[in-house]
Amino acid sequence: MKLIFESGASGRGCSVLPECDVPVFSLPESMRREKAPNLPQLSENDISRHYTALAGRTHGVNNGFYPLGSCTMKYNPKINEEMAALPGFSSIHPLQPEHTVQGAMEVLYQTEKALCEITGMDGMTFQPAAGAHGEFTGLLLIKAYHKHRGDSKRTKIIVPDSAHGTNPASAAMAGFTVVSIPSQEDGCVDLEKLRAAVGEDTAGLMLTNPNTVGLFDKNILEITKIVHDAGGLNYYDGANLNAVMGISRPGDMGFDVVHLNLHKTFSTPHGGGGPGSGPVGCKALLADFLPGPVVKEEQGQYRFHTPEHSIGRVKSFYGNFAVVVKALTYILTLGAEGIREASQNAVLNANYMMKKLCDLYTMAYDERCMHEFVMSLEPLKKETGISAMDIAKGLLDNGIHPPTMYFPLIVHEALMVEPTETESKETLDEAIEVFRSLYETAKTDPQALHDAPHHTPVRRLDEVGAARNPKLRYSFE
Amino acid sequence: MGSYVPSTREQRQEMLKAVGVASFEELYADVPESMRLKEGALNLPDGMSEMEIMARMKSMAGKNKVFTSIFRGAGSYNHYIPSIVKRVTAKEEFVTAYTPYQAEISQGVLQSIFEYQTMICELTGMEVSNASVYDGATAAAEAVAMCRDRKRTKALISAAAHPDLIQTVKTYCEGSNTPVEIIPAKDGKTDLDALSAMLDDSVCCVLIQQPNYFGQLENADQAGVIAHEAGAKYIMSCNPISLGMIKTPAESGADIAVGEGQPLGLSLSFGGPYLGFMACTNALVRKIPGRIVGETTDVDGKRAYVLTLQAREQHIRREKASSNICSNQALCALTASVYLAAMGTKGLQQAAEQSFAKAHYFAAEMAKIPGCELRFSGEFFHEFVTSCPDVPKVMAALEAQGILGGLPLGGELSGCVLWCATEQNSKEEIDRAIAVIKEVCGA
Amino acid sequence: MNIQSDCKYTKSHEWVKDLGAGCALIGLDDYAQDQLSELVFVNLPEVGDAVTAGESFCDVESVKAVSDVFSGVTGEIAEVNEELADNPQKINEDPFGAWIVKVANITAYGDLMDATEYKAYCETL
Repeated sequence: MKLIFESGASGRGCSVLPECDVPVFSLPESMRREKAPNLPQLSENDISRHYTALAGRTHGVNNGFYPLGSCTMKYNPKINEEMAALPGFSSIHPLQPEHTVQGAMEVLYQTEKALCEITGMDGMTFQPAAGAHGEFTGLLLIKAYHKHRGDSKRTKIIVPDSAHGTNPASAAMAGFTVVSIPSQEDGCVDLEKLRAAVGEDTAGLMLTNPNTVGLFDKNILEITKIVHDAGGLNYYDGANLNAVMGISRPGDMGFDVVHLNLHKTFSTPHGGGGPGSGPVGCKALLADFLPGPVVKEEQGQYRFHTPEHSIGRVKSFYGNFAVVVKALTYILTLGAEGIREASQNAVLNANYMMKKLCDLYTMAYDERCMHEFVMSLEPLKKETGISAMDIAKGLLDNGIHPPTMYFPLIVHEALMVEPTETESKETLDEAIEVFRSLYETAKTDPQALHDAPHHTPVRRLDEVGAARNPKLRYSFE
Repeated sequence: MGSYVPSTREQRQEMLKAVGVASFEELYADVPESMRLKEGALNLPDGMSEMEIMARMKSMAGKNKVFTSIFRGAGSYNHYIPSIVKRVTAKEEFVTAYTPYQAEISQGVLQSIFEYQTMICELTGMEVSNASVYDGATAAAEAVAMCRDRKRTKALISAAAHPDLIQTVKTYCEGSNTPVEIIPAKDGKTDLDALSAMLDDSVCCVLIQQPNYFGQLENADQAGVIAHEAGAKYIMSCNPISLGMIKTPAESGADIAVGEGQPLGLSLSFGGPYLGFMACTNALVRKIPGRIVGETTDVDGKRAYVLTLQAREQHIRREKASSNICSNQALCALTASVYLAAMGTKGLQQAAEQSFAKAHYFAAEMAKIPGCELRFSGEFFHEFVTSCPDVPKVMAALEAQGILGGLPLGGELSGCVLWCATEQNSKEEIDRAIAVIKEVCGA
Repeated sequence: MNIQSDCKYTKSHEWVKDLGAGCALIGLDDYAQDQLSELVFVNLPEVGDAVTAGESFCDVESVKAVSDVFSGVTGEIAEVNEELADNPQKINEDPFGAWIVKVANITAYGDLMDATEYKAYCETL
């Protein structure tokens, strides 16, 4: 397929703007750019076809089953898109006077209220644009809290080795030293190791519950207490909230600060890698440190307010507002009952799939799972040479997006499957059949899988070459 | 209650049975009683049907005033968005896809990012671009982080950059213990003499915004020379539309170019989602954060695209990664690409020249009104600061006509207004605004 | 697996070759390059950097992983193999020829094994 720069003809273009209706003003030559940018020269028809072709080579939730563990690829409701596109939301300038954007401020206020209720928090900021951004923000809140108390010894953040890579990276960015604690066999936090790791230098613990192998850590209250007793705070990575919304709240588990991924749990679309939104909620003890401005309500009027000891901004303006509109639309649609129903069925669907595959595939953790489960392909690899990668490539030929591969790091040859609640039983049964038949193929014709995928536009890319000799842009020469 | 769960009651029973439990309750056996919410415990309103939601959200949207004429910029710009942009970015495949980790079925997203990276390089003149970051302010903060090394850790940021950028950089630098000093402004531009005095061998970078927050065109070349002479890196935060016309960061000697990509086809959207672009020299390619798409071949020799240089990123380096960033703003980057394709070089130049011309026309007409003189003497792109005899009255009068006036400034510039004009402001609109202001000022 | 007898080895699979006069070359051995598979980049340290026995002084990247390289000696980096900047695959092709750094002013040695001891150690892994 051609690149957009390889199509078109010199002098071709679209006519978008009218002639200038004011006199020409000139800018000194010395301030002008010397070389014009080389942008495509296409008709609208060319452009339209090009992107239609690209869309044809893209696979979204809208195309088929997408059981990507830890990403919560649930259905993206169309009404969300329509609401975010209303001119009253999309055509308002962020710096309009407050009395002209009361509706927008209401969106932020109402969503904050709903999400605080769901998570058991007291305050929230929508500034962070993504989960990792939220982690960074939440950790800065913890840092500011200790500094404010005059406690400068707390320099360490404890992170289980099962955590998503963003956790330690965010902690490092926030200026902390990361203490990694090994998980138990079942992926849960090892209480003894945790007790040994906490001390006067503990600023906090970062955890997700259910954890990254899909299990709810039964000892959660003990865990958060150990950290609190040592003087630290507890940070909740909300990536896995889809398992427990409406069932249990991080605030009740002993967490002081949380981030949410609106583009996972709250159905806003992933967009091919963004934009998402990673709001950070916190208990009252941290609310004064939140990035400002936040929305306050006084006698029916909304106004912006910057918290007294705010850590400052982590982004311009108020955050990914259009994404918040979509999340609010979703929350209002579901209501209290629907939120609970979503989580319950996310967990049911995952357990159903796991049950129907556990006679063939080795499950990393042999118990009930939450909204996702992890399989280990290590035994199959030892027996047939077929790895998690090979099974994933085999799935591609069946129109199913592979599960998350090689994460969490504590499971070898891992495949993490998260069906979500928006898949029908028929879809699950079809997928189960595909997984089962791939298993058979691994046993009877492993070469077929080593050579997979066979039916995709490109196959088995040279990633080594791409990294050794990076070619990161089209060259016009 | 609204629901997107397709399984019927019967199917749920079937599945529960297959799993070996009697109820949903049992699935949550590991959740301690004390923290399990009872049904109905969540204090949220009941769900709604689609029709009711539509009405509710429309009512909220209706409480926002959509201005017909906008003369305010300050980081969010009202440019014309060609129709094709919204149609392409609404394609379900692009909207609902995830990050292209499985390259074989994501060539569409990967190629579109590769094209975006190329366009950003063309726009800025730089050699390498990443797949984008959250916004212009965080892009600046990430750029500062790229410049730090063991010996040089201090960042110098121009006071004439956008306040949100300065604040965001400060927050990020507080996290990494990077000292930040603000380079003072003089007559609305970065004071290069002050900059020279502030430079020593502890400084890792100098950041200038072009055009700056006040709309003024900085002496970007000279700032770069001064920075390099002192061994510091030079970061330019730029306006992408202005690059249709003014000297590029590459031509001004920048090591890193960043900026806010919202003007490239993204709606105002009350401040987000926006688009942070980052581009740099080849020498810095392994330090640039975020995703990058590279070209390669597949097993059959076909050209293909893949996420590359991943060993820089958090999922591999974990706490040793230079940035924690995981997602980019993919759909926003796609928006910018479609915009640039639809506008082409000529269209972008037009958008730039017209924004420039309209702003200058507006400023010239305004300068004729007593009390509304230009505050700064230098060249400007499409924003300018004037004094104003009665800011609240002027703003109210404009608002009554459906016109969003410039941004009232505070602090040392209290009583002044930051105005903006783009190619979308017709001469008629500008004349109407001038007439309103004239009337208020009794001229 | 290739183990050269004129080198000493660390538990983390680096080889150290004594050059006399308080200098030595350090590189990754055959076991390491095989484990790491195709290398795409070497994050070379700088001349003048101090190295400490048992501590990491640089890292190497493959497509999906990053690995620390540990020093077997304490001293100062006198030379860096610049060729590896553009040709990281040399470590895979010729691990004993593709030295990473030359260390001078060596003041201490870490726990190093000779070829025989190292061979035995590898067999336990």
